[in-house]
Amino acid sequence: MQQPIIQFQDVSFAYQREAVLARVNLAIAAGEYVGVIGPNGGGKTTLIKLLLGLLAPQQGRVLVWGEEVQTFRSRHKIGYVPQRAGSSDFRLPVTVGEIVGFGALGVPAAEQSVAQALAYVDMAHLASRPLAELSGGQQQKVFIAKALASQPEVLVLDEPTVGVDVRAQDEFYQLIADLNKTKGLTIIMVSHDIDVVVNEVSKLVCINEELVYHGRPKDFIEKDYLAKLYGKTRRFILHGH
Amino acid sequence: MIDIFTYSFMIRALLAGVAIGIVAPLIGTFLVAKRYALIADSLAHVSLAGVAIGVVLGLNPLLGALVVTIAAAFVIEKLREGRRVTAEVALAMFLSSGLAVAVVLIGLVHRVNVDLLSYLFGSITTVTTSDLWIILSLAVVILATIGVLYKQLAYTAFDEEQARAGGLRTKLLNQVLILLAAVTVVVSLRIVGGLLIGALTVLPVAAASQVAKSFRQTVVYAVGCGLAAVLIGLFTSYYLNLAAGGAIVLSALLLFVIAFVTSRIPTQR
Repeated sequence: MQQPIIQFQDVSFAYQREAVLARVNLAIAAGEYVGVIGPNGGGKTTLIKLLLGLLAPQQGRVLVWGEEVQTFRSRHKIGYVPQRAGSSDFRLPVTVGEIVGFGALGVPAAEQSVAQALAYVDMAHLASRPLAELSGGQQQKVFIAKALASQPEVLVLDEPTVGVDVRAQDEFYQLIADLNKTKGLTIIMVSHDIDVVVNEVSKLVCINEELVYHGRPKDFIEKDYLAKLYGKTRRFILHGH
Repeated sequence: MIDIFTYSFMIRALLAGVAIGIVAPLIGTFLVAKRYALIADSLAHVSLAGVAIGVVLGLNPLLGALVVTIAAAFVIEKLREGRRVTAEVALAMFLSSGLAVAVVLIGLVHRVNVDLLSYLFGSITTVTTSDLWIILSLAVVILATIGVLYKQLAYTAFDEEQARAGGLRTKLLNQVLILLAAVTVVVSLRIVGGLLIGALTVLPVAAASQVAKSFRQTVVYAVGCGLAAVLIGLFTSYYLNLAAGGAIVLSALLLFVIAFVTSRIPTQR
């Protein structure tokens, strides 16, 4: 494995006294497409928030490019698409261009970066449209463009397809795979949609307070880790792509 | 019509009114986007306590209001950040306590002749030249700060978590916004009054959001609406002998109703 760009070293986190993550060790290398799965309340979103520096670990260290994430200054290198981004409820009108522009704050040649990001997700023609007029799937693409506008090397997505219709989901997964393959972005995607995730990602991380599994999706299925994670048997349909 | 400009108090009121008409909705736009619209109301009530403290200490009441309102703004923000009390509870606490302190202090020093009503509801005849200088200087500071931090404040107002994940110093930006809100309240105190400032920060924004398509348009329309409300209110209060603060807020309400109705009229294709 190449030198990891993201490392969790013995990371524990609790909300008040309730432990959410316990002694998690994890390393992610540049260019990987990582799926993060686990039961509700298992610590997936907490893991992401620790990675983004939104929460500080009570024990252990989270390192990005070898630096503590809390003091890491080049935050633009990590793009973030939050949960339910595709069903945003803003109080005031805001356009697609304005939202994507937020992502380019502090980036050199910000306007060009916004234009390129919008073009990449095929939304350039909608730049002046109010976000509220777009469908859930289109809004989701806008938030991906916003994340891309910061010219990231890592893209973090938290339950990105919630509220997005099935057709738009397929298009969405294609877009993410393309970002990984053609742009070389490291992708970290939290999802409850295990069937899809195991078919899309190159590496799977299963969290249920502890790190249950970290490896290839194929081994995860063959060794029946799902039963360990959810306490039941389940069948997968592999699509072979 | 022109005789309004022959009175120096009216000219001072108009200049102060223009400053308020611009800055109150400008700050209001960020507060509404942040779902924090009620803070102007709470701070306005606290500013009345500052007025009373200023009077008791023999200072310019506006300076007293400025110091106390800024201090209260930071305490409210600290409480909100700490999550020991919810934002609504913190705002409600300060809203009623501010007015209580003002009433008690003014009652204690009843020998001092202070027209508390003019600070409660605004009065165009009471803006002194020194008040005007304070109001205009503070308005310039507010405009300059928003000019420099517009995008950062907007991003933080729309989505604080993402802004923080993107590396913005959202805690500092929140403190700047709340500081600007406190200053705006004090700037508006003389003309609109402590009980009505909240409406001037929110109503123009609500009107603008009915017709605007973008955040930038919302800001521009809100400021236009605020200016129009202040000017209509001041002119009608002068010619019809109405309370200035009430006339301004009712003008803003009328503009909101017009925006609300016109935005729902179907356009022909």
